[in-house]
Amino acid sequence: MADETHTLHSLTLAAMARGLSGGDFTATELTRHLLARVETIGKDLNAFISVTADAALASAAKADKARASGKAGKLNGLPIVHKDLFCTRGVLTTCGSRMLENFVSPYDAAVVERLQDAGAIMLGKTNMDEFAMGSSNETSYFGAVKNPWDTSLSPGGSSGGSAAAVAARIVPAASGTDTGGSIRQPAALTGTVGIKPTYGRVSRYGMVAFASSLDQAGVITRSAEDAAMLLSVMAGFDPRDSTSVNHPVPDYVAGLAAPVKGLKIGIVRQHFDAGLDPQCATAVREALAALEAQGAVLTEVDLPNLDLSVPTYYVVAPAECSSNLSRFDGVRFGYRAEDPKDLMDLYCRSRGEGFGAEVKRRIMTGTYVLSAGYYDAYYLQAQKVRQLISEDFRNAFATVDVIAGPTAPTPAFAIGAKTDDPITMYLNDIYTIGANLAGLPGISIPCGFAGKLPVGLQLVGAHFAEQKLLACAHQYQQLTDWHEQGPEAFA
Amino acid sequence: MSKTACIIAAANCARHPAGHAHPEFLVSLTKDQVQHIATLARLSLAKQEFDDVVAKLSRIVDFVDQLQSAPTSNVLPMAHPLDQAQRLRPDQVTEKNERETLQANAGAVQDGFYLVPKVIE
Repeated sequence: MADETHTLHSLTLAAMARGLSGGDFTATELTRHLLARVETIGKDLNAFISVTADAALASAAKADKARASGKAGKLNGLPIVHKDLFCTRGVLTTCGSRMLENFVSPYDAAVVERLQDAGAIMLGKTNMDEFAMGSSNETSYFGAVKNPWDTSLSPGGSSGGSAAAVAARIVPAASGTDTGGSIRQPAALTGTVGIKPTYGRVSRYGMVAFASSLDQAGVITRSAEDAAMLLSVMAGFDPRDSTSVNHPVPDYVAGLAAPVKGLKIGIVRQHFDAGLDPQCATAVREALAALEAQGAVLTEVDLPNLDLSVPTYYVVAPAECSSNLSRFDGVRFGYRAEDPKDLMDLYCRSRGEGFGAEVKRRIMTGTYVLSAGYYDAYYLQAQKVRQLISEDFRNAFATVDVIAGPTAPTPAFAIGAKTDDPITMYLNDIYTIGANLAGLPGISIPCGFAGKLPVGLQLVGAHFAEQKLLACAHQYQQLTDWHEQGPEAFA
Repeated sequence: MSKTACIIAAANCARHPAGHAHPEFLVSLTKDQVQHIATLARLSLAKQEFDDVVAKLSRIVDFVDQLQSAPTSNVLPMAHPLDQAQRLRPDQVTEKNERETLQANAGAVQDGFYLVPKVIE
């Protein structure tokens, strides 16, 4: 079997599923092959924080046994890696922070549990911006992740390790979380598919909280079909997440066949303003033309408050972060400062030494906007503008099925290029943040290149319109092969 | 530069995400204010990082200041993206006792208690 398994990593998740069920290879062979890539390429790209090789091989043996006895789950034997923000029982869950460098989770996140119950095999935990705060993976305590298309560039963030692992064909699928674009932007910058579902669609139980009214779990894959396979398992009601929505989960895979013909696609005029890289604009416009040629109807829509989405986000998200991260006090878990002189010193030094610079800035921004005398001017005002932004989307979705445009204003940028000015970094999420503020689902799919770097097309839908996004993305991927192109160095 | 000019500059900036030269912003937070925020947030800042925090935090506060000009007089604040009411559950104990597992992550425990520096003399 060995010589037939040497290109297994180039298969999509769907193709791996067919290979496993057809007996072309076993879960153990697949796992071994991919683990070797995790250990080599994964290390070169700094994409992983933990590798769970022994547990993966044990699970693979179990999966092979289950299949032999006719008890294979929906994802039996298929590989997955998790962003290191999902709690994994008995395995380090660092959130990319010194604060949680030694934290071993006592329980599994709902996403981890659901995928595992379906037979998926976890190979490791991926690197990320510290506490998911960043758009370049540079805020990780464990160092920046490298973009497999050009290792001097950032893969985006915060789910940068997940995106790099999928782009470099280390694994076909990785979980991620998206608070302001943290799945979609790295997917765009690495030529992968990234979906952020509707707020409440996937349980947040066991996700280390950043901004609770914005956080949502999703996946990064190489095809819309693979994303549909995983989302069908991940989505659904969970009483342990107080904002989980009890709404039926459709069979996303069965829905992929829906044709693009007649689909009303909204184009946002402001998306093509001067801030967008011209080569990215060309790739996105060509993708829209391809969809139109298939019978989609393109209409212009207006999101008049788009410019306010970034400043709104940078009030709401830090406010929620300052509240959520107050749990890290050096007492019950996480980093504890040595020789504290009193309780206040224990709190302040544990937090001061345990958190990195960007996390501290966000905690302090949040503390400021929530503090006496500033609450109304900043936090309350941001919540009102958030309402205006949501209304813009509601109005748009009264006339269109999906909104399409660029995912990120530029292709991948150099590591270190945007670290001096936080605002330059924040503006990278201008096209993605709106969906989080309004709780909408969004997907980024590869749609061409700017020079040698991949460009992402973003589709955003109304609440619970994941099905439409996945079908549109899948149909586009039947017409084009952008998603099949990977960085040659890691073929 | 006037405060209004800052707001306009920041608003323009949001339309030019590729990153252009920024006009100089007013440093809107004083060192005392930043120290007060750090104390509220229970964060000790090393001397060498303090000046950087003052500059960058001021930059962020100036940037989000553009929200002030948005017309919101009759707008209801939005706290939840789906306008959902909080779900209630029966008032029953559902958690198991996992004290030892949970305390395994603590820096200092004794006899099932978490240890902190002495707070009462």
